[in-house]
Amino acid sequence: MEGFPVLLITLLSPVLAALILTFIPRDENKLIKCIAAVGTFISMALSLYVYFAYDKSLGGLQFVMQVPWIKDLGVTFFLGVDGISLPMLLLTNLIGFSAVFASWNVDHRPKDFFILLLLLIAGVMGTFIAQDLFIFLLFYEVVVIPIYILVIIWGSTKRVTKEYAGMKLTIYLLIGSGFLLVGVIALFMKTTAIAGVPDMSFTGLAEAGRRLGAFDQKWLFALMLFGFGSLLSMWPFHSWSPDGYAGAPTAVSMIHAGVLKKIGGYGLIRIALFVLPVGAKFWAPLIAVLGVCGVAYAAMAALAQKDLKYIVGYSSVSHMGYVLLAIGSMSVIGLNGAVANMFAHGVMAALFFSMIGFIYEKTHTRWIPDMGGLARQTPRLAAGFMLAAMASLGLPGLVSFIPEFTIFVASFKVYGGLAVIAIAGIIITALYVLRAGANTLFGPPRHEYDHLKDIHGPELVPLAVLGTALVVGGLLPFLLFDMVNSGIVPLMAQINGALQMVGGVF
Amino acid sequence: MVDFAMQHAWLVPLLPALAFVVIVFLTKPWQKLSALVAVAGIVGAFVFAALAAYGVFTHPEFTEGSLVYGVRWLSMPGLHINVGIMLDPTSAMMIFMVSLVSSLIFIYATGYMKGDPGFSVFFSYVSLFAASMLLLVLSSNLLEMFVGWELVGLCSYLLIGFYTHKISAREAAKKAFVTCRIADFGLLLGMLSLQIVFGTLDLPELAQKIAHFHQYTSAGVLTLIAVLVFLGPIGKSGQFPLHVWLPDAMEGPTPVSALIHAATMVVAGVYLVGRMLFLFSEIPSAMELVAITGAFTALFAATIAITQREIKRILAYSTVSQLGYMMLALGVGSLSASMFHMWTHAFFKALMFMGAGSVLTALHHKADVWEMGGLVKKMPITAWTFVVGGLAIAGIPPFAGFWSKDEILATALNSHHYVLFAMGAFTAFLTAFYMWRLIFLAFFGEENPANHPVESPWNMTVPLIILAALATVGGWVGTPWDNVWSQWIFFGEVEHAAPNYGVMIGSVILALAGIYLAYQLYYVDREKVKAKALAERYHGIYTLLFNKYYIDEIYLWFNHAIVDGSAKLFYLFDIYVVDGIIVNGLGAFTRLSGEGLRITETGRLQNYALVFFLGVLIIAVALAFSSPSAAGLLLGGVK
Repeated sequence: MEGFPVLLITLLSPVLAALILTFIPRDENKLIKCIAAVGTFISMALSLYVYFAYDKSLGGLQFVMQVPWIKDLGVTFFLGVDGISLPMLLLTNLIGFSAVFASWNVDHRPKDFFILLLLLIAGVMGTFIAQDLFIFLLFYEVVVIPIYILVIIWGSTKRVTKEYAGMKLTIYLLIGSGFLLVGVIALFMKTTAIAGVPDMSFTGLAEAGRRLGAFDQKWLFALMLFGFGSLLSMWPFHSWSPDGYAGAPTAVSMIHAGVLKKIGGYGLIRIALFVLPVGAKFWAPLIAVLGVCGVAYAAMAALAQKDLKYIVGYSSVSHMGYVLLAIGSMSVIGLNGAVANMFAHGVMAALFFSMIGFIYEKTHTRWIPDMGGLARQTPRLAAGFMLAAMASLGLPGLVSFIPEFTIFVASFKVYGGLAVIAIAGIIITALYVLRAGANTLFGPPRHEYDHLKDIHGPELVPLAVLGTALVVGGLLPFLLFDMVNSGIVPLMAQINGALQMVGGVF
Repeated sequence: MVDFAMQHAWLVPLLPALAFVVIVFLTKPWQKLSALVAVAGIVGAFVFAALAAYGVFTHPEFTEGSLVYGVRWLSMPGLHINVGIMLDPTSAMMIFMVSLVSSLIFIYATGYMKGDPGFSVFFSYVSLFAASMLLLVLSSNLLEMFVGWELVGLCSYLLIGFYTHKISAREAAKKAFVTCRIADFGLLLGMLSLQIVFGTLDLPELAQKIAHFHQYTSAGVLTLIAVLVFLGPIGKSGQFPLHVWLPDAMEGPTPVSALIHAATMVVAGVYLVGRMLFLFSEIPSAMELVAITGAFTALFAATIAITQREIKRILAYSTVSQLGYMMLALGVGSLSASMFHMWTHAFFKALMFMGAGSVLTALHHKADVWEMGGLVKKMPITAWTFVVGGLAIAGIPPFAGFWSKDEILATALNSHHYVLFAMGAFTAFLTAFYMWRLIFLAFFGEENPANHPVESPWNMTVPLIILAALATVGGWVGTPWDNVWSQWIFFGEVEHAAPNYGVMIGSVILALAGIYLAYQLYYVDREKVKAKALAERYHGIYTLLFNKYYIDEIYLWFNHAIVDGSAKLFYLFDIYVVDGIIVNGLGAFTRLSGEGLRITETGRLQNYALVFFLGVLIIAVALAFSSPSAAGLLLGGVK
């Protein structure tokens, strides 16, 4: 397979599908969905292949593709994967494929919907395989447009209008990227001055960036922390998350909560931490504190919710708090946990949102007091819901347990009492997800839902794909951790090396 | 074959786990086939367990060291987790006992669950339940054990809430899960501390390192760790003050109650403490904590059981109380006595729960013992096997409970815990009293004409008879004169106390006194005048006990007022402060400033020209002051 551009094909497959869709008449409902499914399936299959073909003992970037692009800015069209980006790539495609099937019943302008969805998936995928900062940002901006249109046209209006939700999501993304852009340009100018030649690749930036003075690193890191943090729904920049997910259509909630917001965590590790270790060290305690605030605060807020999507929305803020806490620990175990937890949460949140999407589609409500006893009428739906709920509360045997455990080990070691607050989050999480499950699925069945049909046929795909990922990842955690670890260990080695050098200077 | 079973002990949990998978994905539509798969899985596990146990108990070297093997589960610098099997006399005894009792329960359930729409689902859940418990028992690593620990929690959640349409079942299931979660929070913190301090969660390795803990940490830290770890068992084994979920767990189908209360879930806590005794024994104050918690729980739950009316609730509180005994035994340092009581208790408690299930089926789920009576005539097998259970739990020789309870009391006395000993002895009296109150009210006396009981079918009665036999002879392996039990299962050195006839005779007298009192109040006195008068006279105490000291109400209030109240506050803060003031405030600021600036956009060319001219003027003036030559250039002709 040497020389065969697997990553490029993985990336272009949804784009190609979208392109084909433009030539399909708009009333060919089935065909449109099938093409979208094929496009995402190819990506999923290829990313699975890459995941298992990646040589972990060798490590480093593999499946590399490099095409010089803008020489003056040092921009290269540079694709490649390592142990950190591969889980994210796989996650994107697992969710992307499932999202197509979660939208199987979209009948309002399906053609436009699926074109935008496919572009969205490709955009997100691109951010994870780009190894060049410019390309990374390019993909990141590509993502914004489809999201906005998808929400305002196919979204739903509950506590807030879908227009408000779409606006909030988009503006937050843009504000985040605005700060990021300032940081990136400043970083680029400074590193070019140091290195002499412009180089936008992560590794090139890192080599020069680590030679920056402590003060520069600190303020540049602060900008990036704000940019990536608000994307990761870092407290107190989180309030777009519940409203946005509630307003968005199912597929967008799945992709946004599942992978898009992980770009924030991924960027923090891959770019901010990697390039600016001294700045990271300086801000690490703040990251941890904000993480803990997010965990506790969002869990408590989730407890007060009565709309299913708001519960998962707040819950995802709370889970991202764990990721931040882990990043704040600045240790191998912590970063392993952070990346693995992003994967775990992605699978779980996507499954949760897809199940809620089906519930909403069938009952036309997400308001918990209006529901009850659905387990009788729709047992498979209930099983999927409970699976996601159990993963959310970190049940051992499902994918999210070990990542949380590693995060706890790392953060408890570094932050002690602060981490205990975050760990206590597992109690609150259990309380709100079990409550939601109990009041939605159990109790006396309601007669108005007697006619409901359980999920069947294509609707089962999200449960099958994501459910398998949840269980396999939980029972065989080394599948995930060996991969992540092969990326984190060299990263941390470089960071520690840089920190020691600075320590020597002072 | 024996060697194979020992080397492949992982098959023991795997077989029921496979049964779970097969039922869920394949045989669910066919009820009988599902039941067959489940029974085959657990009986297969039992065969392997029996072979492995045989292997262990024929090799005395296993009392010195355990057979441990495993595979890597995950590893990264600073964190290595291996999952594996740890086979020694204690775990061999446990897998034998758990798989045996589970097999009987499964067979019984084929009768009890007949006609239930969730028949197949039930068998998939209980298979997973048994698998998780067996995994927990065999674990060689604390984290692996925690996986099994949480999975039994999950299964009990699913099974307690099995009748999903019932609100009470739903609430009970949630309560069980959340209560155990709170306890597991402590256990998790304890595990994290162990990992951080000792760098491993491997049980054999941990045991070695903790023996020299001074090289790693101080006694104070270790005490804290022990207390945190102990929180887990307090929840799982229903010790005070986290016992509240256990009686509510009766909402599940009766075989589940037997499975939860006798063989599996609740003894997990005791087992964990037993497994971690190397930690607790280093810290005398932690041991005291375990002992006191146990003794107090034993007494506390027994007092509640006296006043309860529902048959399964009485049994539930009796379980809480008996678990207290096991904790007490561990706290005074005897793994042997504790495991022995767990062993005998599994038989007689499973027997009594299944007997209660038989009664409930016959009476169409009328649970109040006061509305029963005289069932012995129509249901002789159920009644007489229940009586055997009653004799065993009361501690009448030669039934199983006598030997194990005697062992606990003797150990408590020998270790000079006089107060705890007295509490245990008094509990023995109460136990005999409330259990025989139940027996006299339900099975003897006059028949209630409203009931039309019939004896249960063979697949329910045969397990009862087998368990009754085990509840009779099960204790003979540990008589004080020839104590085979304590030669195999012990912690530290073989604990072999000389027979203490004083304790033996005393405990029998107490038990007989309890039974006699119940006999007088609830059998001789047909109208129960005295019993009612007693309840009248001590009305306050009676109400307090009947309402379980109002602990549930206190928790409920806390949950609603404090937890939910603060949740609302957080949410309102989020809406009105974070979102309302900051986010939308910023939005409004942007919009207003936009609107403000819009005024300048008039569309009139003259205005723009004016602004433009003013701008040029300002620049020119500024330049004129700073650099006249530039101003001259700009203003050209204007001289």
